[in-house]
Amino acid sequence: MIPAPFEYVAPSSVDEAVQALAAAGEDAKVLAGGQSLLPVLRMRLAAPTTLVDLRKVAELRGVREDGGDLVIGAMTTHYDVQRDPLVAEHAALLKAATDTVADPQVRHRGTFGGAIAHADPAGDLAAPVLAMDASLVIAGPGGRRTVAAADFFQDFFTTALAPDELLVEVRLPKHTGWRAHYEKFTRVAQAWSMVAVAATVRTEGGVIEEARVALTNMGSTPVRAVAVEQALVGASANADVIRAAAAHAADGTSPAADGNSDVEYRQHLARVLTGRALTAAVGA
Amino acid sequence: MTATIEPEVGKSRRRKEDERLITGRTRWTDNITLPGMLHLAVLRSPMAHAKIVSLDVSAAKDAPGVVAVFTAKDLDPDGSIGMPCAWPITPDMKSPRRPVLADGQVNFAGEGIVVVAARSAAEAHDALEAIEIEYEDLPVILDMEAALAEGAPLVHEDLGTNESAVWKFDSAEAGTGGNVEDAISSSEIVVKRRFRQQRLIPAFMEPRACVVDPTGAQLTMWSATQIPHILRVMTALTLGLPEHKVRVIAPDVGGGFGGKIGVLPEEMMSVLVAQKLGKPVKWNESRSESILTAHHGRDQIQDITISANADGTVTGLKVELLANMGAYIGLVGSGVPILGAFMFNAIYKFPAYHFACTNVFTTTTLTDAYRGAGRPEATFAVERIMDELADELGMDPLELREKNWIKHEEFPFTTVAGLTYDSGNYEAATAKAKELFDYDGLRREQQQRRDSGDPVQLGIGISTFTEMCGLAPSRVLGSLDYGAGGWEYAQMRVLPTGKIEVTTGASGHGQGHETAWSQIVADQLGVPFEDVEVLHGDTQSSHKGMDTYGSRSLVVGGIAIVKAAEKVVAKAKPIAAHMLECAEEDLEFSNGKFTVKGTDSSTTIQDVALAVFAAHDLPDGVEPSLDSDATFDPENFSYPHGTHLCAAEVDTETGRINLRSYVCVDDVGVAVNPLIVEGQVHGGLAQGIAQALFEEAVHDESGTLTTGTFADYLLPSAADLPSFTTARTETPSTTNPLGAKGVGEAGTIASTPAVVNAVIDAVRHFGVNDIEMPLTPMRVWHAVQHGTTAAGGVGSESGGGLGSIDASGGAQ
Amino acid sequence: MRITVTVDGTKYTDEVEPRTLLVHYLRERVGKVGTVVGCDTSNCGACTVHLDGHSVKSCSVLAVQADGSEVTTVEGLARDGQLHPVQQAFHDNHALQCGFCTPGMIMASIDLLADNPDPDEKAVREGLEGNLCRCTGYQNIVRAVRDAAQHMSPGAGPEAEQIKHVGVGGE
Repeated sequence: MIPAPFEYVAPSSVDEAVQALAAAGEDAKVLAGGQSLLPVLRMRLAAPTTLVDLRKVAELRGVREDGGDLVIGAMTTHYDVQRDPLVAEHAALLKAATDTVADPQVRHRGTFGGAIAHADPAGDLAAPVLAMDASLVIAGPGGRRTVAAADFFQDFFTTALAPDELLVEVRLPKHTGWRAHYEKFTRVAQAWSMVAVAATVRTEGGVIEEARVALTNMGSTPVRAVAVEQALVGASANADVIRAAAAHAADGTSPAADGNSDVEYRQHLARVLTGRALTAAVGA
Repeated sequence: MTATIEPEVGKSRRRKEDERLITGRTRWTDNITLPGMLHLAVLRSPMAHAKIVSLDVSAAKDAPGVVAVFTAKDLDPDGSIGMPCAWPITPDMKSPRRPVLADGQVNFAGEGIVVVAARSAAEAHDALEAIEIEYEDLPVILDMEAALAEGAPLVHEDLGTNESAVWKFDSAEAGTGGNVEDAISSSEIVVKRRFRQQRLIPAFMEPRACVVDPTGAQLTMWSATQIPHILRVMTALTLGLPEHKVRVIAPDVGGGFGGKIGVLPEEMMSVLVAQKLGKPVKWNESRSESILTAHHGRDQIQDITISANADGTVTGLKVELLANMGAYIGLVGSGVPILGAFMFNAIYKFPAYHFACTNVFTTTTLTDAYRGAGRPEATFAVERIMDELADELGMDPLELREKNWIKHEEFPFTTVAGLTYDSGNYEAATAKAKELFDYDGLRREQQQRRDSGDPVQLGIGISTFTEMCGLAPSRVLGSLDYGAGGWEYAQMRVLPTGKIEVTTGASGHGQGHETAWSQIVADQLGVPFEDVEVLHGDTQSSHKGMDTYGSRSLVVGGIAIVKAAEKVVAKAKPIAAHMLECAEEDLEFSNGKFTVKGTDSSTTIQDVALAVFAAHDLPDGVEPSLDSDATFDPENFSYPHGTHLCAAEVDTETGRINLRSYVCVDDVGVAVNPLIVEGQVHGGLAQGIAQALFEEAVHDESGTLTTGTFADYLLPSAADLPSFTTARTETPSTTNPLGAKGVGEAGTIASTPAVVNAVIDAVRHFGVNDIEMPLTPMRVWHAVQHGTTAAGGVGSESGGGLGSIDASGGAQ
Repeated sequence: MRITVTVDGTKYTDEVEPRTLLVHYLRERVGKVGTVVGCDTSNCGACTVHLDGHSVKSCSVLAVQADGSEVTTVEGLARDGQLHPVQQAFHDNHALQCGFCTPGMIMASIDLLADNPDPDEKAVREGLEGNLCRCTGYQNIVRAVRDAAQHMSPGAGPEAEQIKHVGVGGE
């Protein structure tokens, strides 16, 4: 199928992009990697008047360090995130999750910021961003603002981004030396997550000093498994502790039901997969 | 004398077809562009069942690039055109008219209502959005049992019922066996089960497409179809066109699997629009259009009763089916379940058998052939119930099968369904499969895992299948009220230089006919493999045929090739004798040479061809041509069989299934090209496994297909399937000169029950005796948790996938 | 909009509507009908081409996004009648039947081998998860890719592809 007609602009800076968005009005859309947007346009589920393509905005690409933060430009592709040595060193959880996104072709085009801004509850990158307490830098007509991940994801496909704003970069506090695992459950390899668990821990001498766990597709937004984290911190990194902690994974969640999973099963999966993610992370 | 040339038949020749396919020099229907060609787009109903209250296309007519807009009234003012059904299975079968475009009422979501012709495909689709249409809801009818209930709302009010036909076979009435009710009431063990064959989508990779050029002397239609020859005659009959004024071309066709056996409303629509506008038109469907509107497959409810003595000897089999036709009867959709009627008894010596099938209308996309067509359903049911019976008896399921199957020395064997199986050796295939599989070792590991309470349980699934294929003896088709014969045609053109052009009526779409046919011709005429060109899929060059489906091409079409080649040799012989100045009786023909017996005096088929071309010195009364043709009508079906063994690991904590190993030993008789045979088996296995584990077309309660894209209708990728261990045993068919049996559907037919049996075997000790297909992790987990069967039910919403792509969502 | 795209080594400049998908541009404007459309949702991968040396689904890229880029399609692989080793391996291993998925499957396989020159079976299967085939059950495709790996020494195959891949795809 063929998208409905639209105008197209390709600004070369964030400022120009913000101006272009403002000029194009409410029915404009930002085009990043396009791997979710283009299928939607082809199916004519959306018909934006203008696409503001960020591909020429060089400042939105790349990974850098900024003090205690790892800063990832919104237009950095999944492929580049997967291969970035800084990501591997300071954000192992993000690398693990990115490795599971879609398929190689999509990872070549799709972008980190695009996936975050799309806020699909089954998307794989929001949970690690939430788990790592990231900050999201947003540009708009009024300048830049920073939003905590916990405040960024608001509902199904809904974020703190206003229609005239765009995501510039994601600042991840460095989790250097943390171990991580992203446990994803799908029916076929290229499908979206039915449930997935992002887990990262810092252990010292066999004791879990810090733990972060977040769940994919267990609600309208990614969910922090706070009770699991609390049960882990200060405990020995062993199977019994993990089992007991993972039992809390679905606490307070209200996942959707669909043809692949009812609520009971999804909550069960969250517990099982949390146990597996933690076991892999601790044992990694 | 030269040494005997190694026969081509039996060689794993690399395919002639490949070169253009791997370099992108292909001729898909959508590649065709003609001067002035217009593009068609179809407005389709989002409603499953509704009256069309008002329809306004005026704005669409004014849209940019639009040349014309047509409704049912424009294309078929009399409302007299209906898509053909070739198989009225009973004299009183109800088959409503399936119009080119819906006229006043839509009967399934996806039915076409308006067609726009525009200068570009984009503009045609844009214009669809300008069409105003108002519907009035009619009741949605999805459940077959509810549809048959007294007072149920009707899909087609004028038919007075949702029942299309009831078709029965009874071995007592047919004289092929005993009375099944007597058998059941007098047997020590009776097992009954209800199985559900979920609805599937054939999902050929190339979406359907059609180009019609009305500007020539013959109207030419290119179509991504399996059946160009049937399509030609049906187009003529359906639209009242003179047959000789219609030419149909199936160029490169990207898979079919039964899904491209159809005479489509869109094809007839394209012809009518092209004629009205006097310009070439192209209709090319999108994938979502294809999933929604191309016919679906399977969708049966099977009530199966099996009876046996305490020693495991089976005594009777009773099969009661409900088959979902969808909103209309497709070209052969009514007959698909009937193709299974003769196969439920499978390889077993049931003394009594009863089959009854009720075809039911619902407000859904119509169903029709999908790889195996009727036989996968039959094989699934019998192989599943054999496992259930084995459990009831406390017998090893393989031992139960062995006790009841036809022994190799009993062939030919006439079954309780009245078919005569010509050859087979179930013992040999099973022995080989067991050895390759390490059956005994895996059984030991299974026991260990059970004993230790391993969260990952192991199960072994067996499917000892046979099928009837090589469709079909015309007399049999006649006795089943099918509307045509089952013969196939071939023509051999011997060119002056001794090269051979072969035309075949079996229109391939990925199978490798060009390669296999060349091998057959090379052996028959003693010419090099490279000297044979196979022409097909164009009614101008290969004018006659019954096309490709039902694993028929080799065992019917290939035999026609043999027969035509025999005629070439027979025509060449008197000419060769004349050239060699000997009597015909003194000649022998082998490896392309006529040799005077006992001498080294010889001439080649190429020399004869050149002599015929010159025609200066032929025997009196001999025509200057070696060209020959043949039409072959098989006397029997072919009956490939095999033993498939599957080891499945079930993660009882998540319900996830991992196919640890899959071994199949198939007996397809003589393999013309073992490489192609193996490829057919691989692909068949993938589709059968996909039915067991992944695929399901789901409608929500409003009749909307919720699995409308590949994001929701889950086809397995390479990452979702195991490697298969394939092997062959060989008992040649005795009913054709090649000794070949069909292979196109075998893998699909056999594998689905092997996988499901393996999974049930892994979790039976949790009290599970069935899980509905597809065996999703959720269904498996629920079954294990609650000991339920058919767990999980049918979800009404798709999960993830494009459902996860939101119209108003983030832009990136 | 005016775009300039190099396709299989030849530079094209064309006016296109912004909504034109790269695959439609290739098929309808440049005549590269060897690349096909198999779905609407980027699941099937039949339309896979290389964009600046990386595999992409050309149904999910706008033609305007390819402005200034180099595209390689299945039609640009064979040079001087010499098949690319992956094409040859697909033929040798009977890795295709109907052939509709084959162009995309070959392009994805070449990209896979650029990233991982000697993949095991699992790596091939996972690397091709974005490409659907309905005919082969994938077994011979996996064989073909591993076979091609054995025949592809660094620098083998068409020059343009190899240079790009060694540079960009190699770790």
